[in-house]
Amino acid sequence: MSDTSRAVATAGQESFARIVAALIRVTGDWTLAEDCAQDALALAVERWPRDGVPANPGGWLMTVARNRAVDVLRRADVERRKLSELARLAERGTTPPGNGAEDVVDDRLRLIFTCCHPALAMEARVALTLRTVCGVATADIARAFLVTESTMTRRLTRAKAKIAQAGIPYRVPAGRALVERLPGVLAVLYLLFTRGYDADGEPAFADEAIRLARLVERLLPGQPEVSGLLALFLFQHSRRDARRGAAGTLLTLDRQDRSRWDHAAVAEGLDALSRAGHDGPYAVQAHIAACHATVRSSAETDWTAIAGWYDRLAERQPTPVVRLNRAVAHGYAYGPAAGLALLSEAQAGGALDGYPPALAVEAELTARQGDRARAVALFRAAAAMSEGPAERRALTDRADELALGRP
Amino acid sequence: MKYLMFVCTDTEPDADPTAAPDVEKWVAERDANGQRLMGDRLAPPTAATTVRVRGGELLLSDGPFAETREVIVGFDLLECADLDEAIDVARSHPMAYEGRIELRPFFDSNA
Repeated sequence: MSDTSRAVATAGQESFARIVAALIRVTGDWTLAEDCAQDALALAVERWPRDGVPANPGGWLMTVARNRAVDVLRRADVERRKLSELARLAERGTTPPGNGAEDVVDDRLRLIFTCCHPALAMEARVALTLRTVCGVATADIARAFLVTESTMTRRLTRAKAKIAQAGIPYRVPAGRALVERLPGVLAVLYLLFTRGYDADGEPAFADEAIRLARLVERLLPGQPEVSGLLALFLFQHSRRDARRGAAGTLLTLDRQDRSRWDHAAVAEGLDALSRAGHDGPYAVQAHIAACHATVRSSAETDWTAIAGWYDRLAERQPTPVVRLNRAVAHGYAYGPAAGLALLSEAQAGGALDGYPPALAVEAELTARQGDRARAVALFRAAAAMSEGPAERRALTDRADELALGRP
Repeated sequence: MKYLMFVCTDTEPDADPTAAPDVEKWVAERDANGQRLMGDRLAPPTAATTVRVRGGELLLSDGPFAETREVIVGFDLLECADLDEAIDVARSHPMAYEGRIELRPFFDSNA
């Protein structure tokens, strides 16, 4: 990538949401806002290599996008008020951050809360956030969610129409409403991160989720769960280069080369964790992740501490998956029999039927109890059930290893 | 914006009538602050008549047009700044606790 195209990419990443959010606030037109921001980036790609990168790339992009919006609206004969507000917007956009910058910052938060409004379907919230806040191309979002581009375009159009028709406000809620709505925003970020972090996911989405979590933490300070979520992301993300073996297979924590963990991300995660408290579900998960991220070898892992954190998490979120992970932690802390006992509690009522990781956990605990043949069969059953190729491969490899008599 | 608030019964078992606020109080408060323009209870679906004209011919049938177990039992016409305000009005209605409420904006309510 040339210096100029890197400059365009960086400026785009930093400015896209800012521009879209400001244009939506003034014009109320989501599609116009996105199109104008996109046009500005396209013009930068064309101009900057020739004319040089401007001193204030974000201001340059904001001005171009604003002018584009003025042109479109003037042609559509929109009322004078919007046009004069747009004129003021450009003045602010071209001045360096300082005076008036707070309004612009607020715009992005407003955009995030609107995209994540609970009156929109969850899949629409995620797609709209990616498109409008992160500026990801519709085709790329479509690919990640395994639908055609035209289906994704329809989904986004429908979501934007719902916002306009239903009167979803363009606002950051306050008071009780903020307390109620923030978890929904964090759930969208979490889903976005998971999409990026999953074995067969879209890695760029994890970066976007981290960027958004940092932004929300900065714009909405004093919300421990935001810090908890950011910390959780960073700890998991720190392992991104170490979690695959030579052939692309997934490696469990104990097999990863810890020197390849991103220690800067771990440090940022610990910093965020210091603001996260000990109570919220994301904070508790981040504390668990921190237990793994801060030891030099898997042998040093403090499983008793992790089991304690899982007890706390299971009190707050007694979901089958949390109870499954709690069984794993107790299995390491207090022996495989303790883990298997909690696992059978978690499986009660068929809650984990058809979920390959549950079989894999049972297999691992069974192997550690010494019943190798049964463990191999369980790993193979988990592999057969698995839908992702990377996950299936990892499970098959583990079955083969055990069958060959390796620990 | 104007919203039509459909007040419906619900057959899900999670209804919570004990926590439901008083409807008279809801009406008085929402009327007083201008969020509720009008509204009323409806007679049961057995009293409904469905009207169609097909090929110029009037077709009448007994009962509601949709055979669902959830029934619209009333409606209220709301005037609210946006959906969040309308949700706030709807959530304090007793039927949000023991039934369900659907908020439908008027077509082109913004215009």
